[in-house]
Amino acid sequence: MKIEEIIKEENKVYSAPRLLDETDMHYCPGCSHGVVHKLVAEVLDEMGLTEITVGVSPVGCAVFAYNYINVDWVEAAHGRAPAVATAVKRLWPNNVVFTYQGDGDMAAIGTAESIHAANRGENIVMIFVNNAIYGMTGGQMAPTTLLGQKTSTTPYGRRVDLNGHPLEITELMKLLDGTCYVTRQAVHTPAAVRKTKAALKKAFQNSIDKKGTSVVEVVSTCNSGWKLSPEKANQWMVDNMFPKYPLGDLKNL
Amino acid sequence: MKEEVTLMKGNEAVAIAAIRYGCDGYFGYPITPQSEVLETLEAEMPWETTGMVVLQAESEVAAINMVYGGAATGKAVMTSSSSPGISLKQEGISYIAAAMLPALILNVMRGGPGLGTIQPSQADYFQATKGGGHGDYHLIVLAPASVQEMVDFVGLGFDLSFKYLTPAMILADGIVGQMMEKVVLPPQRPRRTDEEVKAQCPWAATGRTGMRERNVVTSLEMDPARMEVNNHKLQAVYKEIEKNECRWEEKNVEDADYLIVAFGSVARICEKAAEIAAEKGIKVGLLRPITLWPFPKDAVEKAAQGKKGILVVELNAGQMIEDVRLATHDRLPVEHFGRLGGIIPSPSEIVDALEEKFKA
Amino acid sequence: MKEEIIIAGFGGQGVLSMGKILAYSGLMDDKEVTWFPAYGPEQRGGTANVTVILSDEKISSPIVDAYDVVIALNQQSLDKFAPKVKKGGILIYDTNGIHKVPEVEDASIYPIDAMTATLEIGNPKAYNMVVLGALLEAMPYKLPKENVVKGLKKSLPERYHHLIPLNEQAIEKGGELLKK
Repeated sequence: MKIEEIIKEENKVYSAPRLLDETDMHYCPGCSHGVVHKLVAEVLDEMGLTEITVGVSPVGCAVFAYNYINVDWVEAAHGRAPAVATAVKRLWPNNVVFTYQGDGDMAAIGTAESIHAANRGENIVMIFVNNAIYGMTGGQMAPTTLLGQKTSTTPYGRRVDLNGHPLEITELMKLLDGTCYVTRQAVHTPAAVRKTKAALKKAFQNSIDKKGTSVVEVVSTCNSGWKLSPEKANQWMVDNMFPKYPLGDLKNL
Repeated sequence: MKEEVTLMKGNEAVAIAAIRYGCDGYFGYPITPQSEVLETLEAEMPWETTGMVVLQAESEVAAINMVYGGAATGKAVMTSSSSPGISLKQEGISYIAAAMLPALILNVMRGGPGLGTIQPSQADYFQATKGGGHGDYHLIVLAPASVQEMVDFVGLGFDLSFKYLTPAMILADGIVGQMMEKVVLPPQRPRRTDEEVKAQCPWAATGRTGMRERNVVTSLEMDPARMEVNNHKLQAVYKEIEKNECRWEEKNVEDADYLIVAFGSVARICEKAAEIAAEKGIKVGLLRPITLWPFPKDAVEKAAQGKKGILVVELNAGQMIEDVRLATHDRLPVEHFGRLGGIIPSPSEIVDALEEKFKA
Repeated sequence: MKEEIIIAGFGGQGVLSMGKILAYSGLMDDKEVTWFPAYGPEQRGGTANVTVILSDEKISSPIVDAYDVVIALNQQSLDKFAPKVKKGGILIYDTNGIHKVPEVEDASIYPIDAMTATLEIGNPKAYNMVVLGALLEAMPYKLPKENVVKGLKKSLPERYHHLIPLNEQAIEKGGELLKK
């Protein structure tokens, strides 16, 4: 069988998402962001939302999300994405509005905006990539950094007496009456990727149905920040992150 | 709603003016002495009539970022606060200016620094006209001296802001915010439809209608060469604004020995002071800058010609005086009289200052 | 015509709302008006004063050095503002709680017992309207009564409109205090 006979539309089992640009990403090889971006692009396209979607990108590694996913974007100041998204959604109630936030954005500098947007039940999707470290600024401690985890600002490991506890912001989100769907997923295996995709679909559907705020946490790796190979980073995440941040739906109304 | 004559506090008037202008959204956080803006909007329930969004945010920081978000979609959005709250908004204001978005910000100034006092002040002149947040940017700064101007400047502020894609600030003091005066309210204008917004603001992030190219509203540019181009773009707009939009008001300037320069409600106290001075045989003219940025420097320079001296009267320790001195190149004596911390000078105090400083 | 008036007393005495009704009445009489309050952060107690200017001409400063009419409703206010009555001006003060009256030259002085008059009406909330009645009687500028009623209607929320007859009665009573 010749290769030309194989490359045919009817034989195609997978293609790059149409909304994902064919540019090189700035993300490190092995980083989870690329997979999450791909899923967001796929879901928005499959649900036919391109013409009504506005994304709000954060400060952090995903600051350039607007260069990769081909929808309209507003680039927010650090931590303020949920406030920006609140206004966009209130002023364009028939649009689909999502934030894409890291752990610093969601759980440190933007805690107030994140909690209050969710508590008001803004009909937005908050995608929360939690890799327990500040990647862009060079591997400093995040609010979700695990106890004992080494970062450039906890060089001997995070200590409760010095640095406090890892913040379970998603558990906090679950408690708020404004949230309708709070889930924690990962993208380290094909099965996990499929589950995350389903979670994103549900979240965007909630937004369309105006059911309240949906929070999709993706427990992620930062192999550069963690100073591990991508493969070892995945294993470290399974061994250390998952016990603290267990996967699954926390709330599904 | 038709044009209407009524009596209103400056803060209330801003709220009503915003509704009648066809403002799309207000986002704010309570702080004295301007909470009546949010209170009036909540009481008026414009979401039931014009469809305007009103939201009490969790903080001033959130409120200004809501304004940033709304402005990024081409909607006419605003916030209001008072000095300490305006300080909190500075980061967001810098982003709005950098992203070249239209927005309206009201500062009803109170005495500072720090938590200061709730009484009137004009001590945020530097903050409003020289930047406030980080980076090379300007706001269009309008200084109302009456409740009527509080109303008029809502419309003017939005119009200029959309014309130049530069945020505008109404820099009011607690006097004009809390004072009630006769005011003519403009008739109700309809809000723009979503289609009109998209047509007027083709740059806005509203979703890729018709699968057009994506719109990205951002102030980030990692390439210094391109960032310099972005900065030059801003500076070119500021030059245009300086050329076209200087506004001021003069009274008895021609036939005067001395000139008083004052802005906002203080200019009205100075008007009375000039009357008292005239009774004493001292001829005083008054120049009131209406735009504080762009500062009407040519007008000040012209008005200064042939004068024995200029008295700059402000509710601060001497801020606008720097612009007056720059405008007049220190060719004549320029003195300052200010009260601080929320104290309002009486007209005769100003006359006393004039006599003392110039031996007039 | 120009009347520069200050009303000063304790917070909670209705000083600001009295000024408001006066200002609205002036508006209804086609005058230019300004109403400028000064008060502390507390909602009750403390001192409060309001400057109301009514004029045929456009008003420049909403803040003035001297007043055509000073109304003082406690000792502190009397001490502070009595010296600021213009020559030929008017000073009205409530005698309750006043132990010392500053010397004021060349002004018409009207001590009134507004508190007792209010008690006679039977509604303590009408106090400021009694005082307003005295002011309207004392002022050289005669505000037509129908415009005062219009001013009341404009400045009071609808749910208090049933109190307008009571307010009118109080204004009447205040006027009588001055005639005595």
